[in-house]
Amino acid sequence: MSIDAHGIRKVFGAFTALDGVDLHVPQGKLVAVLGPSGSGKTTLLRIIAGLEFPDPGSGRILFHGDDVTDIPAGRRRVGFVFQHYALFRHMSVLDNVAFGLRVRRRRTRPSRATILERAHRLLELVQLDGLAGRFPSQLSGGQRQRVALARALAVEPKVLLLDEPFGALDARVRKELRRWLRRFHDDIQLTTIFVTHDQEEALEIADEVVIMNQGRVEQVGTPQQVYDRPASPFVYQFLGNVNVLRAPALAVASRGGGPAAQAVSDGRIYVRPHDIELTPHDEGGPGLSAIVRHIHAAGPHARLLLEQVQTREPVEVEISRSELSGLGLRVNDLVRMRLRQAHSFEEDYAI
Amino acid sequence: MRWLLTAVALVFLAFFLVLPLVAVFAQAFEKGGAYFLAAIREPDALAAIRLTLLTVAIVVPANVLFGVAAAWAIGKFRFPGKSLLTTLIDLPFAVSPVIAGLVYVLVFGAQGWLGPWLIAHNIRIIFAVPGIVLATAFVTFPFVARELIPLMQAQGTDEEYSAVTLGASGWQTFWRVTLPNIRWGLFYGVILCNARAMGEFGAVSVVSGHIRGETNTMPLHVEILYNEYNIVGAFAVASLLALLALASLVLKSIVEWRQAFLR
Repeated sequence: MSIDAHGIRKVFGAFTALDGVDLHVPQGKLVAVLGPSGSGKTTLLRIIAGLEFPDPGSGRILFHGDDVTDIPAGRRRVGFVFQHYALFRHMSVLDNVAFGLRVRRRRTRPSRATILERAHRLLELVQLDGLAGRFPSQLSGGQRQRVALARALAVEPKVLLLDEPFGALDARVRKELRRWLRRFHDDIQLTTIFVTHDQEEALEIADEVVIMNQGRVEQVGTPQQVYDRPASPFVYQFLGNVNVLRAPALAVASRGGGPAAQAVSDGRIYVRPHDIELTPHDEGGPGLSAIVRHIHAAGPHARLLLEQVQTREPVEVEISRSELSGLGLRVNDLVRMRLRQAHSFEEDYAI
Repeated sequence: MRWLLTAVALVFLAFFLVLPLVAVFAQAFEKGGAYFLAAIREPDALAAIRLTLLTVAIVVPANVLFGVAAAWAIGKFRFPGKSLLTTLIDLPFAVSPVIAGLVYVLVFGAQGWLGPWLIAHNIRIIFAVPGIVLATAFVTFPFVARELIPLMQAQGTDEEYSAVTLGASGWQTFWRVTLPNIRWGLFYGVILCNARAMGEFGAVSVVSGHIRGETNTMPLHVEILYNEYNIVGAFAVASLLALLALASLVLKSIVEWRQAFLR
């Protein structure tokens, strides 16, 4: 089922959580809503679920083209997974999963045996059937998360909404679980929106990324699109490391050709650390002179902190370790930088 | 040093808590078990016990109902006037019980605001059972709500929201999710409320009128017997109250132990 939001506004007292948000989520896709805390992403998710309502007269929520703005959460058929799982602490894992079926009206409620069978099948699906009798307090974070998912799926939702699904887990479990979620989504093909502040997570598993900032959508696109062609300085800085250089630097760097972005007389230039090429300084040619200030060579890549000679701006550069040894750089050496790819934003003139 | 402090605390406890308790029972049984039984079986004593139990039977369920409703509203919702309501719930703790009783006399008494109307319709509140129930309810009102509000606030609303997205109605959410989560806190509040409802003296004393066999609760009866120099009788009834208090304390520690164990 596709989801649409049109012109959603939500104000809490003096704080504008959502300032006219439009969103389109196509059927069957896994979409990440990415943004810093306070960007309104969770509020948007709760409004889609029907746990909050947009400010009166501001906007509409459509499921598969039908207006559901005034339909309460219980009748929207959404599966919602909370950041801290919100499992019913006094119920066993099995009872948690069966809850959504047991609270149905008698007319639509399956028989006891069917409910139990379905709950067990869902626990198998999330690989937890052996723990049906446990209580939530006896499970690890990753297991709780999967119980919450099974519980949400028990009511056969048409949409799955996940609020910071991996936020409360440690780094290793988080990586495992997000790959598992991706495979899981490919299997069940349910339209899924998840909210996260972790750009790596969003870029890794989502079909589409929606980047939010201060109650507005900054950009929508595939992970590659938003990473390679950020629509705003905010997106550029939010998705990975970036160097911000003053424009005159670029004029020098791109002189004499080489792949470079459009020169701007007095703006700022955004360059990712791995888009900077280093060459020995005495080779000459186009580029900017910089002094090596620090070399951090632990890990798969070497990270260098340079200081641009002309403007004394710090610049972070990421190169492979073989490149580093080829250059034979040491701290306080002079080096030449060339920008393979850089962006400027017209609206970002003011300093 | 630690040894000394422990000793000081124990001696203090012995003097101020254990000794009086022992004294109550010692006095009650001073003239033997038969005398004790006779003092309790005396009609006025029986009437006092019945009235106390009746008051508890009305007040405790009513306060459970109000306390759960108030805690639910304050703990789970945002609404204007919330802090005012929280403050009002504490009012009975802040006001002296005697004042609480006097307020009811001012409102419902013969010279009170509603007095003439009540007399005209032949309804007796002051110096009758309804007044005693009202005064007791007022004094014990905060116990259940005070116990539940912090608990409900700490538990947050995520579980309720989960239940709602899973299709549960408001009632189903309350009975299946909220109530089971607060059951031990609620039980604890009921025990405290019960203990205070039985033992309340000041407020009840003002509205009761001390009519023997009619409007005397157990604490009032104890006072009357004591003032009549019927020491054994007074302490026999008092020992019953003390026994109820001890039973409450035992229940309370069982609940606390259980909660600690479950965590």
